[in-house]
Amino acid sequence: MSVAKVLGIETEYGIAGGPDGDQIVASSIIVNAYAQEGRTRINWDFEGETPDMDARGLPDLTSFAPIVETHLANTVLTNGARLYVDHAHPEYSSPECRTPLEATLYDAAGEEVMRRALMVANEMIETHQAISLYKNNSDGKGNSYGTHENYLVSRDVEFNHVVRAMVPHFVSRQIIVGAGKVGAETEAGLESDPFFQLSSRAEFFEEVVGLETTLKRPIINTRDEPHADAERFRRLHVIIGDANMSQVATFVKLGSTALLLAVLEDSGVGAFPAMPLHPVGAVRGFALDPTLKCAVLCEDNRERTAWDFQDELWRLAHDHVEQHGGDAVATPKEIQLVLTQWREMLDGVRDDPESVADRIDWVAKLRVIRGFQERHALSQGDARLQAIDLQYHDLRPERSLAQRVGLRAMHGDDAVREAVHNPPDSTRAYFRGQCVARYPSEIVAANWDSVVFDLGEGPLQRVPMLDPLRGTRLLTEELLETSATAQALLQALDR
Amino acid sequence: MTEQERIQKQRTERASQAAPEVTVDATKGDQLKADLDDLLDEIDEVLEENAEEFVRNYVQKGGE
Repeated sequence: MSVAKVLGIETEYGIAGGPDGDQIVASSIIVNAYAQEGRTRINWDFEGETPDMDARGLPDLTSFAPIVETHLANTVLTNGARLYVDHAHPEYSSPECRTPLEATLYDAAGEEVMRRALMVANEMIETHQAISLYKNNSDGKGNSYGTHENYLVSRDVEFNHVVRAMVPHFVSRQIIVGAGKVGAETEAGLESDPFFQLSSRAEFFEEVVGLETTLKRPIINTRDEPHADAERFRRLHVIIGDANMSQVATFVKLGSTALLLAVLEDSGVGAFPAMPLHPVGAVRGFALDPTLKCAVLCEDNRERTAWDFQDELWRLAHDHVEQHGGDAVATPKEIQLVLTQWREMLDGVRDDPESVADRIDWVAKLRVIRGFQERHALSQGDARLQAIDLQYHDLRPERSLAQRVGLRAMHGDDAVREAVHNPPDSTRAYFRGQCVARYPSEIVAANWDSVVFDLGEGPLQRVPMLDPLRGTRLLTEELLETSATAQALLQALDR
Repeated sequence: MTEQERIQKQRTERASQAAPEVTVDATKGDQLKADLDDLLDEIDEVLEENAEEFVRNYVQKGGE
């Protein structure tokens, strides 16, 4: 029986500039700028006429509770997200969301958080030290950093079934949700010397299953840290995705994956297409072939292209929804949107790529790369083509190419601005974000499954939130509205 | 609460959180059809002037 597909995306952003070009320092500046400086600049005029309103009705540039766990900046935002320095990157982990569309909104809110942090930070430092941020996954020199998806999965599903069911999807979905990349950068990738790859991440994957995320990266990551009741849930931590600039791609990436997990939970692994015999070879081979002709041998002795896999998986999801609905994933209307967009992108990428250049990142990117190359008669290795690739993911509005290529939006600017401040209604992120907004001085720490209060006297008090579907607006709004102080809230919770 | 009521309530809950904007903005899609040349003109303008240095200097530490 499928469980609600609570989901979210964590993104490490690429970063350049800063004092001495030190990326750890620059990342800390970004996070601290958002956390500490934003509030003092409430008159900043970001979008002109629409002031940002948060739940308390105050115009505010940023929203935060400065919760320092280490010497590196680490904050919890009023929208329930986590903003912190991970290794040498600023990272935004979205709040837990209830549907793919909502998770897409909070991913877009993360971009906006980073853009605002960037503007505040660059006001504080010297012009020649100006920082820039990139929503991408590699530097073109063999260093990769992650965009990870998380999905709530029933503990009843055997992990080897997760592997068996999801590997075909994870190796093939890049044909519609890959972010694209000029050239190659790993030893294995350079051997093929490609002009362009569908996915920026594909060449970094070396194993089928494993615990690592930085070395020997596996297609299926086994990290078993549900941040929830481990008897009932697992969290599938998906490390193989690209950072998408296209909101439709993000939506379809999340929606298709969530639907297939629901199929697995409801109907078992039997109906899924056979695994490729060599999954690592498949994910890399598919990435290297924008013509989509590359086929791989599978365990049932059939050959499949990435398109064949996606076609089979779409039918599986579609038929499942016809028979069982998709309540675990989203409303019927939203499920239909997942299925129609997934289908259009799949057919479009094969029959008329131009028709999906407004939704598929790699198609949009390749279109301008080729156009630019022809216009200026550039050779394959010209740095300007790599600069276009990098600037596609650039968050600086004056440099961003993703903002210029005509990608469709799924969420309006107003909705994104609101999501910067306010948590989703439908998961425990609501309670977390509201507590951070309402009682910032009494909260000493917050994480995915608890909020810790310090009322000044007596021991710290931890409010556990082990069920991602509790702590919703429906369940806690009245309690929060009637608790003027953290003390009142804790007393009410005790009753 | 009966099972039926509970399901009904869950459905209502879910309906109330239904996304207000479940349509994609088609006008933006049309913009795509605008001449690629216009887009390339714009890219000529916003592309980092010293592309080689820009690309060379972009070096990251691995993450995750």
